[in-house]
Amino acid sequence: MTSTTTAVLRGWIDGIGVLGPGLSTWAQAQPILAGTVVYQPQPVLIPTAAALPPPERRRVGLAAKVALAVAQEAITNARSDARALAAVFSSSGADCDNCDAICQVLASEDRHLSPTRFHNSVHNVAAGYWSIASGAMTQATALCAYDGSFGAGLLEALTQVVVDGVGTLLVTYEVPYPEPLHAKRPFPATFGLALVLMPQPGPHSLAQLQVDLVEAPPDQVAIAEVEALRSRIPSARGLPLLQLLAQGRRGRVILEYLDPLNLAVTILPCR
Amino acid sequence: MTPVRLSHFTASSCLGCGRAATLTALLQHRGGLAPCRFETIDDLETPVGEVPQVDDVALPAPLAEYECRNNRLAWLGLQQDDFSAAVEDAIARYGPRRVGILIGTSTAGILQTEQAYRRRDPNTGALPEDLLYRTTHNTYSVAAFIRRYFRLAGPALVVSTACSSSAKVFASAARMLAAGVIDAAIVGGVDSLCLTTLYGFNSLELLSAEPCRPFDVDRKGLCIGEAAAFVLLERPGSNRDADTVLLLGAGESSDAYHMSAPHPDGLGAQIAMAAALRSAGLQASDIDYINLHGTATPSNDAAEGKAVAALFGDRTPCSSIKGATGHTLGAAGGLEAVISALALQHAFLPGGINTRHLDPAIPIQYLTANSTLAPSRVLSNSFGFGGTNCSLVFGRSG
Repeated sequence: MTSTTTAVLRGWIDGIGVLGPGLSTWAQAQPILAGTVVYQPQPVLIPTAAALPPPERRRVGLAAKVALAVAQEAITNARSDARALAAVFSSSGADCDNCDAICQVLASEDRHLSPTRFHNSVHNVAAGYWSIASGAMTQATALCAYDGSFGAGLLEALTQVVVDGVGTLLVTYEVPYPEPLHAKRPFPATFGLALVLMPQPGPHSLAQLQVDLVEAPPDQVAIAEVEALRSRIPSARGLPLLQLLAQGRRGRVILEYLDPLNLAVTILPCR
Repeated sequence: MTPVRLSHFTASSCLGCGRAATLTALLQHRGGLAPCRFETIDDLETPVGEVPQVDDVALPAPLAEYECRNNRLAWLGLQQDDFSAAVEDAIARYGPRRVGILIGTSTAGILQTEQAYRRRDPNTGALPEDLLYRTTHNTYSVAAFIRRYFRLAGPALVVSTACSSSAKVFASAARMLAAGVIDAAIVGGVDSLCLTTLYGFNSLELLSAEPCRPFDVDRKGLCIGEAAAFVLLERPGSNRDADTVLLLGAGESSDAYHMSAPHPDGLGAQIAMAAALRSAGLQASDIDYINLHGTATPSNDAAEGKAVAALFGDRTPCSSIKGATGHTLGAAGGLEAVISALALQHAFLPGGINTRHLDPAIPIQYLTANSTLAPSRVLSNSFGFGGTNCSLVFGRSG
């Protein structure tokens, strides 16, 4: 029964979404990551979740808005129908503002929570709002692997692509905790990253992606300010992959997963 | 899907620790809910399914940084039924990189932070030094704890999709096995009592003041429980007998309807159950028993009942065990997978408890007493906030 074969998982990237400081969309971030435009730090402007019905739009928190923004961007860039895609949401902290607000109430004299606070506390908060916004009744999951949350999300999304043969939307996102939790888990900024992964190449495919598990140190991003995001925000651990895609070249990068395992990602551009 | 073998399994809940205690309680048709005396709570009139043994657990010194109620419950669960020995055996066969960990939880060790917020520095508002976020509060902490406990070096994750969490880990693990990423997986669910869920469900007016009564016409809501359930999954192999339990299929879907209310017609639930049957290559008539999600909230049971009736009619015996265990939230899928496996191995159908007058508006065959019908195939439902649905099909090997 012993198996020592290391599987290589294969899929195609059809769309990318990104939102972080100085990286406002894939179209804006691409020349920066390719090295043809200089990175300029800018505050993150989080779009309103226009696709949600008004009641949900009033209740949705910042974290889910970040997830929805990059998800929608990736779907638009891929010219995909969200209702036909499975979805994998991965985050270390999910809605961190909401967590702080709940803990404050529970430590106070009056422990009555608001129903909205409570339902926004679930780790699958973004998946729930996404399915309402997009109308997708397909499978959606919500993962956490602390600093390895990007890697865990990519691995889960690719096994869905390979085994179930379905297109899968991967969304990773992080929003900083307010104090006092910020001191315990200090994310320097908001960062979201989404990929549309497909089981076969299509007219909009950007690149073939191959992933295997290796014991090798993760790659860094050559731009210092961007590397500072990668090394300190779990969802930004995918940035070396975005840099390779931005450069439009064939190559291989190592992305951080769970010690001692990291993900070796090989990119073969389609055009 | 390619069937996956449940090589070993165990569960600890308010019914007791381990398979034998769980089975005895089910066969005696009794539950473990008791009035809530948890932590500092004195204003919630609701029974809970507490695991009293958790309070006596002290984690071994090398694992001290993981100290929190959720990880103590995980540790307690891992000690039952020689589960740890079965895992060690799998690690010896496959190597520490080839055994994955996929655990469902909704709140992990959030209780640590809830309590730490009462001890903030009065001047600065800072949390106490002794609060260890990574190893207790973070949603991944329970998987990190188990990975450290077994000194594993392979893939790991937590699925945290509210009350479907530890059903969905079976689907993810089956994919990882099929993709060849791992050769075995520790799957399961661990969720422990905390203030967020107790006061949260209270805010939604969904807590029952009496032991919950699934599918009763007078059901008034759910009772919260806690549990640790673990299953070792492997490819079927050749050394299996008729009693071996297999995961035959899994189906997942989203309601796309509301964050905390199910689709009124159970449309997402129907999609998940139909997908699980398709995944197993079975028809509705092949299922001998349905372990319902059955939280005993008015809306869940009505929606789930409609979904079951639409696919299965009123022919298939079904019940919810949440009258006995309470709703163990992120551990419910794992706990009910173990109960499904016990039903398959011990040839009985567990009847639901506390239900006195079945809701006449729900046309399903709900069992209020145990049945000696020996099931060959069982479907287990788990649904959650955010409109997340997962159905699993388990079957006997022979």
